[in-house]
Amino acid sequence: MPMNTQGRPTRIADNIATGGYAETTSGSKGLEQSEALIYERGSVEQCGVDLPEPKGTATRLGGLERKAELGMPGLSEPETMRHYVRLSRKNYAIDLGLYPLGSCTMKHNPRLNEKMARLPGFADVHPMQPASTVQGAYAVIGELAHWLMTLCGMPGVAMSPKAGAHGEFCGMMAIRAKLDADGLTHRRRVLVPESAHGTNPATAVQCGFTVDEIPADETGRVDMEAFKAKLGDDVAGIMLTNPNTCGLFERDIREIADLIHEAGGYFYCDGANFNAIVGRVRPGDLGVDAMHINLHKTFSTPHGGGGPGSGPTVLSDALAPFAPVPYVVLKDKHWELVEHEADAEGQPFGRMAAFHGQMGMFTRALTYMMSHGSDGLKQVAEDAVLNANYIQARLKHVMTPAFDGICMHEALFDDRFLKDTGVTTLDFAKAMIDEGYHPMTMYFPLVVHGAMLIEPTETESKSGLDRFIDTLEALSLAAKAGEVERFRAAPVHAPTRRLDETKAARQPVLRWTAPAAEEPVAAE
Amino acid sequence: MRYLPHTDTDRKAMLDAIGVASIDDLFTDVPEAARLDGLIDLPTKQGELQVERAMAAMSNQNVSASSVPFFVGAGAYKHHIPATVDHLIQRSEFLTAYTPYQPEISQGTLQTLFEFQTQVAQLTGMDVANASMYDGSTACAEAVMMAARVTKRDKAVMAGTVHPHYVEASKTLAKYSSVSIEVTEPELDSLDKVIAAIDENTACVVVQTPDIFGQLHDLREISRIAHEKGALVIAAFTEVVALGLTEAPGAMGADIAVGEGQSIGVGLNFGGPYVGLFASKDDRRFIRQMPGRLAGETVDADGRRGFVLTLSTREQHIRRDKATSNICTNSGLCALAFTIHMTLLGEKGFRQMAQLSHENACALADALDTVEGVDVVNDAFFNEFAVRLPGNAAEIVEKLAKVGVLGGVPASRLYPGQFEDILLVAATEVNTEADIEIFAKALGGVL
Repeated sequence: MPMNTQGRPTRIADNIATGGYAETTSGSKGLEQSEALIYERGSVEQCGVDLPEPKGTATRLGGLERKAELGMPGLSEPETMRHYVRLSRKNYAIDLGLYPLGSCTMKHNPRLNEKMARLPGFADVHPMQPASTVQGAYAVIGELAHWLMTLCGMPGVAMSPKAGAHGEFCGMMAIRAKLDADGLTHRRRVLVPESAHGTNPATAVQCGFTVDEIPADETGRVDMEAFKAKLGDDVAGIMLTNPNTCGLFERDIREIADLIHEAGGYFYCDGANFNAIVGRVRPGDLGVDAMHINLHKTFSTPHGGGGPGSGPTVLSDALAPFAPVPYVVLKDKHWELVEHEADAEGQPFGRMAAFHGQMGMFTRALTYMMSHGSDGLKQVAEDAVLNANYIQARLKHVMTPAFDGICMHEALFDDRFLKDTGVTTLDFAKAMIDEGYHPMTMYFPLVVHGAMLIEPTETESKSGLDRFIDTLEALSLAAKAGEVERFRAAPVHAPTRRLDETKAARQPVLRWTAPAAEEPVAAE
Repeated sequence: MRYLPHTDTDRKAMLDAIGVASIDDLFTDVPEAARLDGLIDLPTKQGELQVERAMAAMSNQNVSASSVPFFVGAGAYKHHIPATVDHLIQRSEFLTAYTPYQPEISQGTLQTLFEFQTQVAQLTGMDVANASMYDGSTACAEAVMMAARVTKRDKAVMAGTVHPHYVEASKTLAKYSSVSIEVTEPELDSLDKVIAAIDENTACVVVQTPDIFGQLHDLREISRIAHEKGALVIAAFTEVVALGLTEAPGAMGADIAVGEGQSIGVGLNFGGPYVGLFASKDDRRFIRQMPGRLAGETVDADGRRGFVLTLSTREQHIRRDKATSNICTNSGLCALAFTIHMTLLGEKGFRQMAQLSHENACALADALDTVEGVDVVNDAFFNEFAVRLPGNAAEIVEKLAKVGVLGGVPASRLYPGQFEDILLVAATEVNTEADIEIFAKALGGVL
């Protein structure tokens, strides 16, 4: 069998399926069209927009005219359209199928949200317009804040964080500011479960804290004895995801909250998994002091291939006065924006970014919330949890759930069912690509060996789940039956085969550069 | 509910398969005291039509930029975006994809990010760029922290003429770190005070050009002095279109260039989402300390070119508490919009758009200069400049709004208690001669 540089078999099926005609002249394969970079397609003379001719009048640039060429090619409009449509077809997407990435909440993105976000009164207004001309925009921020605080049972919310990790930063900064305001400058240790998202420890350090890891117990939850042993008067707080990254509700969460409060610390909850409990459980009732909400997860704003996100952060009475600027307030039926620390009623810890937050995400999320209402949102949580449990229940005879019992909105498996098959979690995931599915989250959380974290979300139908389950069942049986080559070669039906990530990191090529000009052939 | 596919029959069958009697049996891990009996006190579900009406009512309370003569800038600019851009970013495969963790089925996003990184590097005259940050202000803050890591020094100097929001965002990120930030007095026509603040402990100096008052700065002198003292130069910008006409930060000695890319492809969106641009020189120390995602070229198992996210050992999901930044999500879809718009423009269109914006700003400056009591402050600008008014700029802006002109940003809104007679005004290719005439006339009328 031909092997490539990574020691993996090359495409095994080609010669059989195509009678030896696997390669084409163009590099395209039917609807799977190859597409070069714009740098190889376009030219610096080409332009896909028609602009008026400049007058060429004298400039007032103070002698700072740009001299060198940019070297940036353009494409005509039809070529641009084709280039990006062709590229788009090399992407998997929710609109194409189930996207079971645990912790990412890849649910249906309603197009009404897109339409509302594009209303000119939202999309075509400037953040620094006079207040009298943007009352409706401030009202959207205020209305969304009201929904978030009510759903969470929390008295405050900071709307400006631009993503989940930015929201974590907001919450932890508020805790730090509160501790400092109370003179508790010795409280610098933050407890973080070892199953936490990587953003948690990174954020804690960014706020000047040190990180102390808490182990998980045999049920996948915080080890309470270990947790209690770590409490002390240098503890600033705990960062806990709930439901946690194993897809489990922390049964002792109220005791954890009480103990951390008694010890003089604060409870930061990572709200990445809010989808499991929205409308059914209010974080405020669990003793949470701060929690970011990923609008791009629970409230369906599109992930867009990696953002933009939005991470409003709800805050308890103790932390709310430290919320960052800017924020909106309603006074005598008139919305006002508080932009400066000196104008704030509390003691804001600062400003997190230019302007007022991710307005485009606010309009989408508010549209989504109004569409669902309190009844629909409760149903969201219930169906999300139902779907994950259905997957776990139907696959537990062929795959190995990491923990016993009921899960929340995601089902976590480990790789025990692949033991002695020669197939790894990675191979299994890549084989899912050949079956037309995006893989689940792999090797996370770190507390489970060869973790496979499946989050179906509530927008999958029963029949769609059944097909997915049947596929995973068949793959599990194939692995156990010794079809190891099929897994190691996978994917063979994707636009590319496995990519050499080691080469990418060892010899970084992070941009296109013009190929060196070929030496002219000397005339003989 | 239209987004939820299950029928009650489906739900019953699924509960049976799980082996529980009711949905409540799946929530038994929730402490009893935190279980809600009924619904949370919020409105219940509504159809598309009802939601559209409610949202449109709020939208209609706002004055949109396209509906009036519009000259507001100060960090966000109104440019024309071709219809193709919005169509393409709404392709399901771009809009509803996640971060490209599975490169075999994410080449569309990854190749686009590689194109984006190349465009940003070319625009800024830098060697490499990352796959975007949240916005210009957070890119600036991350650059300050990166410079401190690279130089192993703890002092940052920021010019007082850097957008005050960028300064505040940087101070917030640095607040509980070892890095201290010194902000110099804003000077309208020189960098002398910034240069004077650089010493042997300085990790970086942050200068913006065009600055918040629209003034253009030559960075060569400050770069030479900073480099002599071992400090890095961070060049910030809030209007990326300026790079079509004015000297690139990389050509003036900057080590890191950061700024806002919102003008290209993204739109105003009332302040977000935007797209932060982050570029640097190709120095191994820099790239290993860079925040955010990076797309890189490699080959697949058949030896064909492909792209992956790379150098992730810098990032939080691998390095956890030792990561270069806590950033996870970036601004993917806005970066895509930027790249598509830039591809449509190409070098030719981009330079033309810059030239048109500059010419309109020159025409605006001439028109406002003729209004009695109004003086243009800047001697060199791109598409934004400051004017001194014979009165309080904030009050005058409100009066202009009442007569249907959005006439700029009072500088006192960014510098509370200072520059109360200064108005920041911007022009782009969207402004017409008639707009400019109406503005000048209205300004004369309200003074």
